[in-house]
Amino acid sequence: MNDLATYNFAYLDEQTKRMIRRAILKAIAIPGYQVPFASREMPMPYGWGTGGVQVTASILGPGDVLKVIDQGADDTTNAVSIRAFFQKVANVAVTTRTKEATIIQTRHRIPEETLKEGQTLVYQVPIPEPLRFLEPRETETRKMHALEEYGLMHVKLYEDIARNGHIATTYAYPVKVEGRYVMDPSPTPKFDNPKMHMSEALQLFGAGREKRIYAVPPYTEVVSLDFEDHPFEIQKFDKPCALCGAENVYLDEVVLDDKGGRMFVCSDTDHCEDRRAHGHAGHMLARPTPESQEAAE
Amino acid sequence: MAAQSQIYAGAFADPVFQAQSVFRTLMDGFARPGTVASFSALAAPPSPLGRASGAVALTLCDHDTSVWLSPALAKSAVPQWIAFHTGAPMTETKDDARFAFIEKGAAVPSFDQFALGTQEYPDRSTTLVIEIEALSGGRSLIAKGAGIKDETVIAPEGLPDLFLDFWAANRAIFPRGIDLVLTAGDAVLCLPRTTKLERE
Repeated sequence: MNDLATYNFAYLDEQTKRMIRRAILKAIAIPGYQVPFASREMPMPYGWGTGGVQVTASILGPGDVLKVIDQGADDTTNAVSIRAFFQKVANVAVTTRTKEATIIQTRHRIPEETLKEGQTLVYQVPIPEPLRFLEPRETETRKMHALEEYGLMHVKLYEDIARNGHIATTYAYPVKVEGRYVMDPSPTPKFDNPKMHMSEALQLFGAGREKRIYAVPPYTEVVSLDFEDHPFEIQKFDKPCALCGAENVYLDEVVLDDKGGRMFVCSDTDHCEDRRAHGHAGHMLARPTPESQEAAE
Repeated sequence: MAAQSQIYAGAFADPVFQAQSVFRTLMDGFARPGTVASFSALAAPPSPLGRASGAVALTLCDHDTSVWLSPALAKSAVPQWIAFHTGAPMTETKDDARFAFIEKGAAVPSFDQFALGTQEYPDRSTTLVIEIEALSGGRSLIAKGAGIKDETVIAPEGLPDLFLDFWAANRAIFPRGIDLVLTAGDAVLCLPRTTKLERE
């Protein structure tokens, strides 16, 4: 193939990578602080993870193994297209197995499997500023971060309690990083917040449209905001996964028919498949049992 | 002519992949402060800039980053080497610099003379790249902070006498402050501003 006609490794040009790499290093040095960067146009629309893609492209090397998930699933549109993108522009090895990946790009979930040292989790972030819905002016939110003035966020959580009797925020639940910056963990369910705390893996966040990069280094304190009398709680599910029987995992609701039938299955497809491969079975897993054979006849 | 060949030679043979590998070592270094790692790719800059420091320059500097050099480096062929290979402009004002390079044995200015960022933009600060005698074998220091599980011990040799005072002052103004890359030979040890250091 004619080399002139191909893209640079991992699509981005080297100057862009250097600029993003500098931003990543500063982001790691100031955990939770949003570093502005000169986000580029990517060959996909904003909202498709252009920030995460630029971070991944800047750290990716030929020896990496990439996993891409979208809401926990390896096989949904966003995950498939980003994975195919990096296979094409970086010829990088890909996997769906959390254990084998060195870089995991994620849209709105943290894998159930505990991440290990040496792994990097790259989040796609739509709105990096946790205070944005409370204060639309960038100049003001920047000042609030500078002065560590986060009273407004506590008022918001308090109003949740006053209206609903509990904190009604269920995703993008604000966290405080290393006792300093309040950070938006991207729209992950609050179920995943405890996994960020003292994680062994490096966590990088890229917001393409909003042009911000931020990071949580390994072994860093990540505390979900709460009140003494209303402590932070994660979602609980009544039933285990209908396919693999897993408990204490995040479940997706799947509507089965128009008569109110539904099932709850693991949002993390790799975790679910791995469990089924090891013989775990939920109550709705299709199995060739005598009963189902009779029903088929 | 010897000086000329010094200026044009010594960059990465394979810039894309070698810069990536040096960056990953730096990223892992900043994410896990106190770990000593070796670069798999090295530069051959003109003396007295070290090979690892040269690799950092090639990986991170370009026309967007002004560079401050210690007096001895500024007098050598290093400014032209950096200018030719990275396009980075030189500055004589410490607090204009995004990167500052100091060779082995040179006097280290106190860290507050460099850009410390502002409370609103703490990222607009200098990254210091200092070459020292060795990254181990010196006096033991206990390091704690983000990226370190419990604590770790580092023992860099050849740090300035006042280093701990400089570092404590730098730590006290968090989130502002400089970040530090210590190099020796082909090895590197990164200290982001979050790391707390004390004598063992």
